[in-house]
Amino acid sequence: MSNPVLSVRDLVVEIPTRNGILRPVDNVSYDIAAGEILGVVGESGAGKSMTGNAVIGLLDPPARIASGEVLLDGKPIQGLKGEALRRLRGKKMGMIFQDPLTSLNPLLTVGEQLEETILEHLPISAAEARKRAVEALEEVGIPAAAQRIGSYPHEFSGGMRQRVVIALALCAEPDLVIADEPTTALDVSVQAQIVALLKRLCRERGVAVMLVTHDMGVIAEAADRVAVMYAGRLAELGPVRDVLTNARHPYTAGLMGSTPLASQGQRRLRQIPGAMPRLGALPQGCAFHPRCDRAEDRCRAEPGPTISACDGRAACWFPLGYPQEATG
Amino acid sequence: MLAYTIRRIAQSIFVLFVVGLVAFSMFRFVGDPVDNMLGQERTQEDVERLREQLGLDQPFIVQYFRFLEQAAQGNFGLSYRQGRPVAEILLERAPATLELAFVSGMMALAGGIALGIFTAIRRRGFGANVVMTLSLIGVSLPTFLIGILLIYLFSVELGWLPSFGRGEVVEVGGWTTGFLTASGLKALILPSITLGLYQMTLIMRLVRTEMLEVLRMDYIRFARARGLREKSINFRHALKNTLVPVITITGLQLGSIIAFAIITETVFQWPGVGLLFINAIQFVDIPVMAAYLMLISVMFVGINLIVDMLYFAIDPRLRADRTSGGH
Repeated sequence: MSNPVLSVRDLVVEIPTRNGILRPVDNVSYDIAAGEILGVVGESGAGKSMTGNAVIGLLDPPARIASGEVLLDGKPIQGLKGEALRRLRGKKMGMIFQDPLTSLNPLLTVGEQLEETILEHLPISAAEARKRAVEALEEVGIPAAAQRIGSYPHEFSGGMRQRVVIALALCAEPDLVIADEPTTALDVSVQAQIVALLKRLCRERGVAVMLVTHDMGVIAEAADRVAVMYAGRLAELGPVRDVLTNARHPYTAGLMGSTPLASQGQRRLRQIPGAMPRLGALPQGCAFHPRCDRAEDRCRAEPGPTISACDGRAACWFPLGYPQEATG
Repeated sequence: MLAYTIRRIAQSIFVLFVVGLVAFSMFRFVGDPVDNMLGQERTQEDVERLREQLGLDQPFIVQYFRFLEQAAQGNFGLSYRQGRPVAEILLERAPATLELAFVSGMMALAGGIALGIFTAIRRRGFGANVVMTLSLIGVSLPTFLIGILLIYLFSVELGWLPSFGRGEVVEVGGWTTGFLTASGLKALILPSITLGLYQMTLIMRLVRTEMLEVLRMDYIRFARARGLREKSINFRHALKNTLVPVITITGLQLGSIIAFAIITETVFQWPGVGLLFINAIQFVDIPVMAAYLMLISVMFVGINLIVDMLYFAIDPRLRADRTSGGH
């Protein structure tokens, strides 16, 4: 792909604790192109939200980027602070949070929140900002936007609020949007609408979207490519169709086996035995090997291979779909 | 909102009835006023006549409602000690207390909110830690001790400020004010600090706690993620949300500033209603005590009512009957 909007290279996030340094994000690399949706999927604690927060600079101390690069439109932005970071946020990259009930300020009208964001980043008058705020609400499908602009967040339903949040994240026309579990807190019927909305905005505006979720259904519906994370590392990265139907990493295969898909009819769901290890107690070698039925001596001794950002798909010494030999 | 307002006012009136009952009971149960008024040399006839004259021969409930009726018209009877109408004495003393309470209340509010924000935003800063430590002293020292220490330092040792009284006062339309003379203003400084310091530290700690809480909320993260300026995040987004719970406490505190002015007024011999009340207790001047009790309760109830109404002004979620659309 040509000139990705976002390039993450060998990103490492560390949290120093009394019992040593934890690495919630370990050596993660991926690209997102304009108009592309990259789904980032994994269990709770796999590091998927942490990756998003690291990109937009919202890591809560003491968590910090220890090494690696984050390139936005080709320029490094990791470690930016204060004013330089503030100028990028909203204008170049936006973020959508999980819970629309808590991510809007209850004491300001949606119009006030939209206008302050627009005025902060675009050199236009207050009247124009108001016009744009109405347009932004219309674009995310809020009916009678001109009348609703003076409403407070509590006067909207959950799904409508998430639309407002999306309008807020997009109102200063960023190139990249990080959507952190945007559908998790919503009703199932509303989830599909929000996913469709994200997809449409991504296509129409050519925005690069990083869609963080644990919901394989959302990934299948929306994402172009998918990154599977396990214990802070990238397990598999590839086009969504390939990964979903033809998983290479045993973890992805296990994840797919435990996800109910309507197309596959009645079938017993399989579980992956065991649980993801805690960050402070990662096993030697590949972090997945205690739960993997393909594990061999090499998996117990060496950490899994790192996926290079462009070609390789699975961070596994013995990926599925290949003869049993090292490919790393 | 109208229904709510009416309900709150009805509750307030009920509270005042109960306080009125307590105030009135003092007349009946704390000594016999007739004894006090007639002195040693009296005949049974005198006693009967005075009882009839004062309405003390009526049944309790009739007396109670007569008391309330008179009180509502501002008539609290004659002071046993001074022989003048209590209302007149209170009105004479009220400006001193109200001016003192106003100045120290403003000081507590402005200082408390400003320092609260400062210590919340610069949570790990050196200055914030110094302020927090000092505030512990402010909370733990009793009011009279602070007053005496201030007098010792600024009046006795340095001789900068007067140690008692209001200084020169000017009468403006029946209201005596110390705001217009230099000595009146100087006299206000020490009592105001004494009275307001505790409230200020309380408001400061409250604002700090609430602000830290609010700064952790998702909408603050979202405001950051949208690239808003720190100033806008702190003051537009965080402060307004902080103020909702702060208002309740602050409102009640302002009420207690007036009520607890008693101690400060005693230390500084400030000629306000608090000092009047203390003197009234010494002389068992029940009409003055009852009137003071009623006055304070009216004030507390009134402030509470205003505080509840302020919620509506700040938090749109409470304005249930508000139609959506422009505002």
